[in-house]
Amino acid sequence: MVSNKGLLAALAAACALSGCAALNPPPPNAAPVRINEDPYPSTYVRYPGVLTVVRHATVLTGDGQQINDGTVVFGNGAIQAVGGPDVASPAGAVEVDGTGKFVTPGIIDIHSHLGDYPSPSVDSMSDGNEATDPVRPEVWAEHSVWPQDPGFSRALANGGVTTLQILPGSANLFGGRSVVLKNVPGRTAQEMKFPGAPYGLKMACGENPKRVYGSKGNMPQTRMGNIALAREQWIKAQAYKRKWDEYYAHGGDIPERDLQMDTLKGVLEGKILVQNHCYRADEMANMIDMSKEFGYHITAFHHAVEAYKIADLLRENGICAVMWADWYGFKMEAYDAIKENIPLVQNAGACAIVHSDDANYIQRLNQEAAKALADGKRAGISGLSEAVAWEWLSRNPAQALGILNRTGTLTPGKMADVVLWNGDPFSDYTRPERVWIDGAEMYDINNAKKRPVSDFELGQPGEGDVK
Amino acid sequence: MIGRVLAALLLAGAPPVAAETFAITGGTVALGDGSQPIQNGVVVVRDGRIVAAGDIRMKLPPGTQVIDATGKWVTPGIIAGFSRLGLADVDLTASKEDGGGRSDTSGSADDTKSEGPFSAAIDVVPAINPMDTTIAVNRADGVTRAIVAPTAGKSIFAGQGAVIDTGADMEPVTAARKFQFVELGETGAANAGGSRSSAHVMFRNALREAAQLRRYSPSISARRPQAPDEREQPVVRNPNETRAYGAEARRSEDVLLTRFDAAALVPVLQGRQYLLVHVERASDILQVIELGRDFPSLKIVFVGASEGWLVADRIARAGIPVIASALNDLPASFEQIAATQSNVGRMRAAGVNVAIGMIDDNDTRNLFMERQYAGNLVALQRVPGATGVSWGEALAMITSRPAQAIGMGGEIGSLTAGRRADLVIWSGDPLEASSTAEQVYIDGVRQPLETHQTRLFERYRYLPRTDLPKAYRH
Repeated sequence: MVSNKGLLAALAAACALSGCAALNPPPPNAAPVRINEDPYPSTYVRYPGVLTVVRHATVLTGDGQQINDGTVVFGNGAIQAVGGPDVASPAGAVEVDGTGKFVTPGIIDIHSHLGDYPSPSVDSMSDGNEATDPVRPEVWAEHSVWPQDPGFSRALANGGVTTLQILPGSANLFGGRSVVLKNVPGRTAQEMKFPGAPYGLKMACGENPKRVYGSKGNMPQTRMGNIALAREQWIKAQAYKRKWDEYYAHGGDIPERDLQMDTLKGVLEGKILVQNHCYRADEMANMIDMSKEFGYHITAFHHAVEAYKIADLLRENGICAVMWADWYGFKMEAYDAIKENIPLVQNAGACAIVHSDDANYIQRLNQEAAKALADGKRAGISGLSEAVAWEWLSRNPAQALGILNRTGTLTPGKMADVVLWNGDPFSDYTRPERVWIDGAEMYDINNAKKRPVSDFELGQPGEGDVK
Repeated sequence: MIGRVLAALLLAGAPPVAAETFAITGGTVALGDGSQPIQNGVVVVRDGRIVAAGDIRMKLPPGTQVIDATGKWVTPGIIAGFSRLGLADVDLTASKEDGGGRSDTSGSADDTKSEGPFSAAIDVVPAINPMDTTIAVNRADGVTRAIVAPTAGKSIFAGQGAVIDTGADMEPVTAARKFQFVELGETGAANAGGSRSSAHVMFRNALREAAQLRRYSPSISARRPQAPDEREQPVVRNPNETRAYGAEARRSEDVLLTRFDAAALVPVLQGRQYLLVHVERASDILQVIELGRDFPSLKIVFVGASEGWLVADRIARAGIPVIASALNDLPASFEQIAATQSNVGRMRAAGVNVAIGMIDDNDTRNLFMERQYAGNLVALQRVPGATGVSWGEALAMITSRPAQAIGMGGEIGSLTAGRRADLVIWSGDPLEASSTAEQVYIDGVRQPLETHQTRLFERYRYLPRTDLPKAYRH
């Protein structure tokens, strides 16, 4: 007869491997099973670069400073020194003459759909909206990203974009998780994934959810329906979180996992950042109240065309406004867009960000900032400069993505995500000349070999063209 | 404020005419004809027309108002080369990005596209609303005229487009029914039932029906004369006049078009009305050049032509002008695989007359972006391997070139003697998006620059609470 003791031990060993906790209730003190929160991890590895010194350039550091006749040193993937002409060149460094040129941090587009709405724009590859239910926090944008989207290379070579957040669309109240990418071509989305960047949750208020579902005769059909449905989810999420908190604190039966609630729980825990599509001032105020009701923080309102009406509220609540310079009127909730939106938000002391939401405009975000800067200056708003405006393009989006300690400014120790522009980037006549990501040169205007070409474009007319 | 300005203009009864002479001096003047800007130039305007402009010294009549533009730039007003300006105040249609949904035009703020029974007969004029906020916003940014096309609904033919001005008055139309707009690429294929072959045969059939419409208007028992019947060459002064044709006419029973639609194509067939053809793919462009050989009287203008650079020499040889997207560089569809920002520059270098339009690019509202796009084409001159355009040519592409493409270069688009005095005084180089339009004149009349947007800015410039709500700040 086999001893009971031996059987139990065998079972316990088997369960330790298979995680069948329910079969064999653990003793009260056993450590709870931890859920893997990073099951699709980044496999990004920076490409090799050379120790580089750019001299005699106008340097916009990204955190509000301008250095004339500036010097930027980077190597081993990181910024090493930033300063004036007296910064020494390390031995063996390659020198780049930046006379008449500008150096900036790489542009960070916090709102892009590259890869999930790729070119060519065909239904078979339009993967940005899981518009089958207004509540879809379980979908992850990274699972839609097609890394061969030629748009990535245009954003790099023409736009100087080094980091971007890919968001699900705005058909749903809860659109799903976003992913932050380094703009380095990869075979897989994982190879592009920004290591360690937190996830975002795309939420939407206003016209889109009510139109998409209301037109099908489903809830939400109204803005009040939008809010009611969203509140119901947060109530569920709070209960879900309590269950898991209880389990992690005291063990017991492992709660059943719910992919939707996993994401909302992550928001309630502050691990997942809320990226909230919202145009109108009154609706942003409603979303702020909802966040307080359920105890989460809204990181940024995206599109935010009426941010200027409540810039004080945004400042008080520490919420960034993600904006265009001059898009307006393409739908009712964009009717009150004004050209001074970005500078007015800046002027109120709130966090202003320029975004594209577009595969073409992502190639000209510096010009979008230039327009907003000019409009603000003309309106007599004080404290504006090119150095300040660059914060809208790199520092502030890095903050709203939770990666400001890694990139977004030219600060020693940070990732060497750097653009050398062939003139003042606030001019229509200026183009990126060279772009480095983690210190690796990914684009050189003078070297056709330093121009990425996606698989889709190989063997097609215009392969490798300047684009 | 706009209301007040308009009211003043309307009280005057007639469209505004400036029966006065004024001169703008001291500014950097660019004529819009492709030439480089002129320092310290002069522009003289009389009775709403340009008298002279450039590096000139002329004695001004006593009492001439002189506007000092020292430190400023002066150019012709921007002409939106291809647009839907004035057809929609708000685009209410759901975009694909928003997850589809119904195409919601309730509220009638969007008149760009019709799913009704008519096609070529559609005339865009009744839909144009000079009070649209979009017109004011573009006027305030220096856009003074626009080529306005309807959007194709169910047919390859979208209908007849117009040229409008953006003046703050109730008389927006410069030239009605100036052109017919037809889709012969991907959209045309879809509207023709699913293939380009179908679109082409529909096009040829439509021209056949237009020709027969007149042929059959006399009694069919009449014997056909040996010589070409002059009645097969009807004179149509106003394309809409053709709607009256054949009230008693008989037609072949083999018809697809309504009588109105067929009638509207008579002036196209006769070369009395321009034919704007939207194609992007290189092979589509060549097919349309072939059509032009089969119907030599057609006055074809290409719209789009993202792959034009691949066949630029053949477009040039055919003498067909192009209204192109300035910066399309993505293979956004399979008809734009070879798209590059150098398309415009390469076509121009091959000798094609190129203008810039906003094709499927915020065409109802963001026409003001054309000058930024033009500046970007200049930037390409410093990109190895790319082909840009000179500053003067870039400005021409958003002023005189679109006018020339539809035969109106003698009327608008440049600061040349006799042209309408549409001009803008800019804070700086107009091809820099950061420059602004400080004064805008249309037909010599100074325009108000207030908009819904500027009024909102004034209201919300300062947020702190005051004794009355913001609604009382106006």
